[in-house]
Amino acid sequence: MRTRTRRPLLLALSVVTVAVALVPVAYLTVRTAEAGWARIAEEVLTVRTARLAVLTVGLAAVVTAACTVLGVASAFLVVRTDLPGRRLFAVLAALPLAVPTYIAAFAWRSSVDGFEGFWAAALVLTLCSYPYVFLPVAAALVNADPSQQEVSRSLGRSAWRTFTGVTLRQIRPAYAGGALLVALYVLSDFGAVSIVRADTFTRAVFVAFDLGFDRTGALVLSTVLVVLTMLVLAGETVTRRRGARYAHLGGTRRTAARQRLGRARWPAAAALAVLAGLALGVTALSLGLRMLQGVSRPGAWAEVAAAMGNSLWLSLAGAALTMALALPLGLLTAKAPGPVATVLDRLAYVSHALPGVVIGLSLVSFGVTLAYPLYQTTWLLALGYAALFLPLALAAVAGAAAQAPPVLEDVARSLGRGPVAVLRTVTLPLVLPGIGAGAALVFLTCMKELPATLLLRPTGVDTLATELWTHTTVAAYAAAAPYAALLVLLSSVPAWLLTARTGILTAETSR
Amino acid sequence: MSQLDLRGLVKRYGAVTALGGADLAVPGGTLTAVLGPSGCGKTTLLRCVAGFERLDAGEISVDGRVVAGPGTHTPPERRHVVTVPQEGALFPHLSVRDNVAYGLTREERRSGRAEEVLDLVGLAGYGDRMPHHLSGGQQQRVAVARALAPRPSVILLDEPFSALDAGLRADLRRDVRAALRADKATGILVTHDQNEALSVADQVAVMRDGRVLQSGPPVELYREPADPWVAAFVGEAVFLPATGLDLLTPLGPVAADRIPGGTGELTVMVRPEQIVLTEGPGVSATVTGHDFHGHDATVALLLADGTRVTARVPGHAVPVAAGSAVSVRVEGACRVWRGGHLDR
Repeated sequence: MRTRTRRPLLLALSVVTVAVALVPVAYLTVRTAEAGWARIAEEVLTVRTARLAVLTVGLAAVVTAACTVLGVASAFLVVRTDLPGRRLFAVLAALPLAVPTYIAAFAWRSSVDGFEGFWAAALVLTLCSYPYVFLPVAAALVNADPSQQEVSRSLGRSAWRTFTGVTLRQIRPAYAGGALLVALYVLSDFGAVSIVRADTFTRAVFVAFDLGFDRTGALVLSTVLVVLTMLVLAGETVTRRRGARYAHLGGTRRTAARQRLGRARWPAAAALAVLAGLALGVTALSLGLRMLQGVSRPGAWAEVAAAMGNSLWLSLAGAALTMALALPLGLLTAKAPGPVATVLDRLAYVSHALPGVVIGLSLVSFGVTLAYPLYQTTWLLALGYAALFLPLALAAVAGAAAQAPPVLEDVARSLGRGPVAVLRTVTLPLVLPGIGAGAALVFLTCMKELPATLLLRPTGVDTLATELWTHTTVAAYAAAAPYAALLVLLSSVPAWLLTARTGILTAETSR
Repeated sequence: MSQLDLRGLVKRYGAVTALGGADLAVPGGTLTAVLGPSGCGKTTLLRCVAGFERLDAGEISVDGRVVAGPGTHTPPERRHVVTVPQEGALFPHLSVRDNVAYGLTREERRSGRAEEVLDLVGLAGYGDRMPHHLSGGQQQRVAVARALAPRPSVILLDEPFSALDAGLRADLRRDVRAALRADKATGILVTHDQNEALSVADQVAVMRDGRVLQSGPPVELYREPADPWVAAFVGEAVFLPATGLDLLTPLGPVAADRIPGGTGELTVMVRPEQIVLTEGPGVSATVTGHDFHGHDATVALLLADGTRVTARVPGHAVPVAAGSAVSVRVEGACRVWRGGHLDR
């Protein structure tokens, strides 16, 4: 038992953080309510909205199902069988995370004629999102206690029945969590569906707003989208609560014996190779070919450099603001836990339910009506990034704070060092690497963010993502290629970090 | 004068009273084991002594200086009291040498004190390793060395051996005890393991419900427990009613150093090893079963009047088959209390 410490400064700063996180959702609610029920009903109860809802939910369902099957199957093959080239396939299955969906969509669209519509969107989103299932499931399979499988086999169950009856249950929290991430991602995706012209809510919101005449309509559509997302999130909370039961029960960890694939060994490897080829090869090949044409254009590199500079500066501002807001709340929940801290923490995750296009839209309205001095400045966009990526930063701060448990500070104090010296010699050295990695992750995620950037950037400021978007919408594929290549390069850093964190790579080498 | 004096310590967490007036005196250069069931307040006691928690009442003095009391709360870093937590809690970003030197001044670092204490705990030459390259037992040794290094007034050990397996635990316990003695350090060891407390400590303090019920040398505590609860907590005990001045019990007459005055029924506490199976005269009993432990064995006995008792016999004495009749008697002095129904 320990005394609960009060930290008034941290608490005050955390309230500011939560306020920022809540601005978009509060504004959205107020503006939608202002529109009046009649207007909302008129907007929502239309054939078009029904069509959008069916297509959006349908797309989410198809992509989630496909990602779950692909993710679980490839994770099992890589972690638990004697598949040839396992380490390579582990990296290949995680790498699609480095490809923003709008780049994959652009790559496919520029190489395949008539690549448009629902199934095109489903294919691109599946190929880009199955790592969201693969990574947690692979990590769960590495960590799962193999003795349960061994008991099942020794009780006379076949390998297949053991897989469905025991292994799948062990990893259920992992694949359920991953599947819900995919569903959330599909609901919020804007770039890919727009490029392949699939009619979903995000695209409808953007079009309604971009055409300029229907801001209220856009807001109402956004609200419907947010409600859909909230439903998915509620599902995620339920699975997370169930997942608590699956904790590892102490003892030393053993790695499971690998399943022999026998004659299926090479066909399985071939299947994974085809999957990797579709997910990565098409994009790589298409970008490579277009690059050769793109950079040969005069003045291309100067434009790319200017966009790169803007991207760096805007992302830096976004990441700095996000981390500054995340630090007090993350430290508060780690160092002074209690009901207040928990409520604040939960509230900060609310913006998690808002797709980028919705956050962009509500902040535009917020800027125009309430915070005009911020409108058309870098800081409104930075605010948008902060609202979008606060959960990411909070998770990083919380993880970092866990690296310095209070007992270490107690010991350091008892060894005769004052609080400031303890902060300098123990707490900061342990916490800073995690916070730094979190900041880098937020920074890179800001760089590839598209919809909020499109809506909130100051006029005339082009970033890598918006330049790519502009060129794609006018089918200037060659001109778009250098931006796409740079973005893929930048995105592969956080993808690598995420993969390394699951432990599948180290588990592979230690064998 | 004692190195550490605790007088009437009270600590509450809301409605829960963790310490309800605990007293303890720890003489310099000795190791005191604080023994108690989980939730008895022993860890809170340590945290109050270290200065991580503020007392609600009572007084703590270290080396004659009052460090906590009414209106006084010396921060942990100025108490010269160092903790060794349960899990060792080495600083993961510092090498073994830097961990050990953490509490030292610049001059002390140059004096080679870090190497000296590493040698004391049997880890000479491990200075350059990182904590995660050490085994659990080695990490605990480093944690002890780190605590010894600044020559604190008191070292607090919070169940430091509980996470280790039995064989390793015994070795480490002995080595840590030796290191503390060699350095003339004063220590408090919190534990819930009776054997650990009795075997390593100079003094054992038994805690229950936030109070110290009894403190004293291990032998005294085992032979002369203050009450039946302490008796049963520090070892196995058989409680028997007794009558008359010759203390006649179902096991026959027993001896006692003293019999409390007053009236009321007498209760005798007999340790199982005091009950011996004999060829000669004694009370007849029936063997109902036995548990063999190697070095010794416990034998379950049914006495003529229906009382069931447990005797401890040496492992080499072949256990008698269940159902056989034996005679038994009690050796040595027993503890006697007034009062019939005793709360065990």
